[in-house]
Amino acid sequence: MERINLEYLGEKFNQLQTIDPDNLLTDVRREGFKNFNKKRLPTFKNEEWKYTSVSDLFKKEYHLTEDELKPAISASQVDEIRLPGFENANELVFANGKYVPELSTIRSSKDQLVILPLEEAANGIYKDLVKEHLGKSALFINDAIHALNTSFIYGGVFIYAVKGQIIENPVYLYHISDAAENHILSQPRSLVFADSSSKLQLVETYKTIGSMDSFTNEVVEVAVKDNAILEYYKIQNDGPNGSHVGTTHIRQIGKCYAHTVVVSLDGGMIRNNTNIIMEAAGNEAHMYGLYLLKGNSHVDNHTLVDNRMPNCFSNELYKGVMDARSTGVFSGKIFVRPDAQKTNAYQTNNNILLSENASVNTKPQLEIFADDVKCSHGCTVGRLDEEALFYLRARGISKEHAQAMLLKAFAESIIEQIKIESLKEYAEQLIEERLKGDNS
Amino acid sequence: MDKEEIIFNIQVEGKKIIIKFYIRKKMLSIKDLRASVEGKEILKGINLDVNAGEVHAIMGPNGSGKSTLASVLAGREEYEVTGGSVDFLGKDILDLSPEDRAREGLFLAFQYPVEIPGVSTTNFIKTAVNEKRKYHGQPPLDAVSFMKLMKEKMNLVEIDKSLLTRSINEGFSGGEKKKNEIFQMAMLEPKLTILDETDSGLDIDALRIVANGVNKLRDENRAIIVITHYQRLLDYLQPDFVHVLLNGKIVKSGTKELALELEEKGYDFIKDEFLSEAV
Repeated sequence: MERINLEYLGEKFNQLQTIDPDNLLTDVRREGFKNFNKKRLPTFKNEEWKYTSVSDLFKKEYHLTEDELKPAISASQVDEIRLPGFENANELVFANGKYVPELSTIRSSKDQLVILPLEEAANGIYKDLVKEHLGKSALFINDAIHALNTSFIYGGVFIYAVKGQIIENPVYLYHISDAAENHILSQPRSLVFADSSSKLQLVETYKTIGSMDSFTNEVVEVAVKDNAILEYYKIQNDGPNGSHVGTTHIRQIGKCYAHTVVVSLDGGMIRNNTNIIMEAAGNEAHMYGLYLLKGNSHVDNHTLVDNRMPNCFSNELYKGVMDARSTGVFSGKIFVRPDAQKTNAYQTNNNILLSENASVNTKPQLEIFADDVKCSHGCTVGRLDEEALFYLRARGISKEHAQAMLLKAFAESIIEQIKIESLKEYAEQLIEERLKGDNS
Repeated sequence: MDKEEIIFNIQVEGKKIIIKFYIRKKMLSIKDLRASVEGKEILKGINLDVNAGEVHAIMGPNGSGKSTLASVLAGREEYEVTGGSVDFLGKDILDLSPEDRAREGLFLAFQYPVEIPGVSTTNFIKTAVNEKRKYHGQPPLDAVSFMKLMKEKMNLVEIDKSLLTRSINEGFSGGEKKKNEIFQMAMLEPKLTILDETDSGLDIDALRIVANGVNKLRDENRAIIVITHYQRLLDYLQPDFVHVLLNGKIVKSGTKELALELEEKGYDFIKDEFLSEAV
């Protein structure tokens, strides 16, 4: 069975190359499409895709709006996706994967934060920076899905935190897919650069409009320089018709600090690749994830911490609760390269199964090539603590309420890692509503 | 009024004599209660009546079924009730969920209170108090009234305020956990309290505080069942009745003097007595 209409893709690709010819991105796309054609879509035989099947996603006929940069959505539709704290945020709107400056609001000054369409950055004064840093994630994620995103880089965004600037206004990226009439494939691409001694907070969220299916195939590449602080948050609460494969590739190119929190509450098939590449000595990274699943949701978190230089520290905590027929996957890889002596790397994954039809696959992987390191990993899969449940019920608290209290407590250690207060409260509220509701 | 009074006025040789009878209301009536866990019968026909205002002590060697009895009464699901009935204030509670038993006024002070990280003690108790109120058709307590009630009961059981802002029992010492149980009892004002080895692991000072807390909550409308191995808690609580549980049955009942006798002689003399009867 033909999985995706290659002819249609090829046609769209050629169209795009004609619209945007003869520049840096034209070459990057060409290379991407070559790779896409060379690779096959991953199947369960591919170790990285053993527990997550994308074949159903590629059986649909998608509408590609790769050549349309005009906003396909209205300002009022943007209002529906806005996250709390937006009054104080730089709000970047992506319609069907394309950055739409007309719908976006930049609140930080240009001396602090530069936000440009990726084409403009690639053809202007940031050309060298784009050339140096765009596409680095392909060295780590080299499957056809990633290559497909690269094949259609157009309408992406370039975000640059200026040296020495603490950016007070977080950057919110709203991804809206309009699936009112067709299945839609959205392929946002972002390149982020946090210069020395800057601080930058990124927040991403997703929404599908309409009842057809959306598939967001996203790549975010971030380079963080010395003394900089990067916080990255991903909130996934789209409907069951919203699927997602996303790679967030963070390179710590100077001694710096990175902090990521990925919260998945709803959606169809979701795969999050979150990579931290420690290219400088003394890097520090904290990675958190919460997946609280219902219905038929499938959420796969693949994390990678690549220790390449000495004296790096990383701590990783992912927690999952699976209800109904949902499935969770956690795969955490830690590399410690020969030069990465004195590495401290920790990883924990805890899972609770609430239903007999829910399942989870968890796979920690350590590959250590240095001899003076401290690494640990641990994972648990279990049911809700029956003793604690009985204790609460024995005081007159209903079973449902007691269960919600325990799950909220379980999730809290992840949610409290969201350092943007209004966003943290929002996540707490979403979780409370979820725990009160019907999760079938 | 949980207590009824019957008054006789009689004249004997021209003198008026008033005789008052107090009839204590029956609170708990356990009849031929049998329960097993994983197919093994632990309770083999328990009979026990507890009236309002009374304190009953249940003693017995390890493995005799004391804690099982407490668990079955509170509704722990891993125990299967295979026979008998438990009437609590006119209702058969064996059909009720643990939460409904609690809302009806039954309280189990746990032998091993559970640590629950991430759930604040105050929030937990507030939820419990308000769910009970809702069950009885009362509106929830507002924040001010709740804090006032907390303060009053905190003084009563001498519990430190800082414990209540922490997660339930997390990192509490043994004494603090038991005090927290008595504090919850004070907040929920149960009709029947079961103290399951509340004295175990307590030093002398903590035991005194816990026992005083329980004593302050005693009145003629409430009853207490104390499960214990030791005389020292009974010294404080002064039970009306003492029962000896052996091999899943109550084999001997008496007054508080029975506890003293047990303290002195151990359980062997009862075992001998019981066995010779059985033969």
